Amino acid sequence: MDREHPNLSEPRVVISLRDLRVSYGEREILHGIQFDVMAGETLVILGGSGSGKSTLLRTLVGLEKPSSGQIWINGQDIAAISNDELYEIRKKTGMSFQGGALFGSMTVGENVALPLREHTKLEDSTIEIMLRLKLEQVGLAGFEYHMPSQLSGGMKKRAAVARALAMDPEILFFDEPSAGLDPIIAAGIDHLILELKKAFHMTIIVVTHELASAFLIADRMVLIDKGNIVAIGTTEEMRRSVQPRVRQFLDRVPEPDVEGELDYLQTLTEQYRRHG
Amino acid sequence: MVAENVMELVSQIGAGVTDSLAYLGALATLGSRAAYYTFVGPFQGKPLRLQSAASQAMEVGVRALPILSLITFFIGLILALQSAYELSKLGAMNLVAKAVALSMSRELGPLITAIVVIGRSGSAFAAEIGTMKVTEEIDALEVMAISPVHFLVAPKFLAMMVMLPCLTIWANTMGILGGALFGVAQADFTLGRYIQASIESLYVRDILSGLIKSVMFGVTITAVGCLEGLSTGGGAEQVGRATTRAVVISILLVVVVDLVFTGIFFFLGNG
Repeated sequence: MDREHPNLSEPRVVISLRDLRVSYGEREILHGIQFDVMAGETLVILGGSGSGKSTLLRTLVGLEKPSSGQIWINGQDIAAISNDELYEIRKKTGMSFQGGALFGSMTVGENVALPLREHTKLEDSTIEIMLRLKLEQVGLAGFEYHMPSQLSGGMKKRAAVARALAMDPEILFFDEPSAGLDPIIAAGIDHLILELKKAFHMTIIVVTHELASAFLIADRMVLIDKGNIVAIGTTEEMRRSVQPRVRQFLDRVPEPDVEGELDYLQTLTEQYRRHG
Repeated sequence: MVAENVMELVSQIGAGVTDSLAYLGALATLGSRAAYYTFVGPFQGKPLRLQSAASQAMEVGVRALPILSLITFFIGLILALQSAYELSKLGAMNLVAKAVALSMSRELGPLITAIVVIGRSGSAFAAEIGTMKVTEEIDALEVMAISPVHFLVAPKFLAMMVMLPCLTIWANTMGILGGALFGVAQADFTLGRYIQASIESLYVRDILSGLIKSVMFGVTITAVGCLEGLSTGGGAEQVGRATTRAVVISILLVVVVDLVFTGIFFFLGNG
């Protein structure tokens, strides 16, 4: 599909991470992450709980400061620029948060219109039209006067996507788009992401641990474990990978959490003692 | 053994002092950023969210009037009773009006107002911003390139800086009326004479020093409430903790600010 779009005939690097390290206090969470994201591709960052994938996403959007390394977004290292310059970059990116993060005191329409009202000098009537368009794109036409508390989990996420799309971003970030949703609603969100990809040729970065969703939407995947990149490649390459850690994750093999049989027995007896 | 304990004590005191100074630094940073967005930003193309400030002023100020009136009316009455206890021995019951008017407008009016506002609004700021922090709404603002200080904190600062002096004037009036109840019932005043005696005993500087203090209280309460909200950790339980901390720290700092400014006014010769 890349060949069909003239702009993408020469892949352009949009995001480039170089030896990215992030620490919370003394504890290092990410140990030198390094990869590139091309314009127009959908990159899925896969990883288990505590793998550091959420920290990676928060660092990519500038919510966490790296302890060392560089994050190049459109040629600017966001770890080294001023707050004003970071805000300029952020106006061209959008993010959909795990829980939606809609402002509870505003209607859905006001939520979507907020970036437009803050960053553009558009007339109210123009903003009104734009927010209706955005809501229509995510399948929420007619919900502009609802409060976020009146929406279901899936609708909240759609509304959050509409808000992320408000400024027509070049890069769109998703944090766990299908977390906490039933399979049908989650599949709906996946299709929404696919539609956005087809319609706008945006660069999309998704953090998730849902395998089915990841293989459906991704062009390429990065598998992260304990703060390191385990594997990176296209969905096909990942599927065929023989790397044990990749196989374990993709085949959903549980972590052996005790060493030997003796340890296992000990854990069991301790559990009995504790809970009666 | 003793030396070790002493060393530990000293290092604990040291850590406590450093933490407190860091906290004051964080308050000052937040306060100055909010002041920038309130007073400088509007002239640099970053308009203040006046509508939000107005609704905050409504919440902080107007809605506090009933409870503030009741409390300060009682405080005025108590002050009259307490000063009459001593003044009646001296046969100087006519000084009750002066005693109430002075202590209300110089000290208790601003202080009681601040305490009521801490309980109603300082805690609400921490809870509101803390909840937004937990639900990632603060992060969402950041990612949308909207400064949370500009968006959330600055309107609260403006509202508090305007409303606290207004509430203080109201509190002073209600306190004097509370005193008047005693004056009329027990000390041979008529309402008109009591109020006239109160007005005559007050100088502009008495009222002004109280109002300056109340503006500083407003700044302190907002800074603490918002800082506690913004530094809330994850989880609903943390929001409760942030709210409690906001109230306790605000009360402490308001009293400290009160002491500092009362001292300054005293040594400036207004005492």
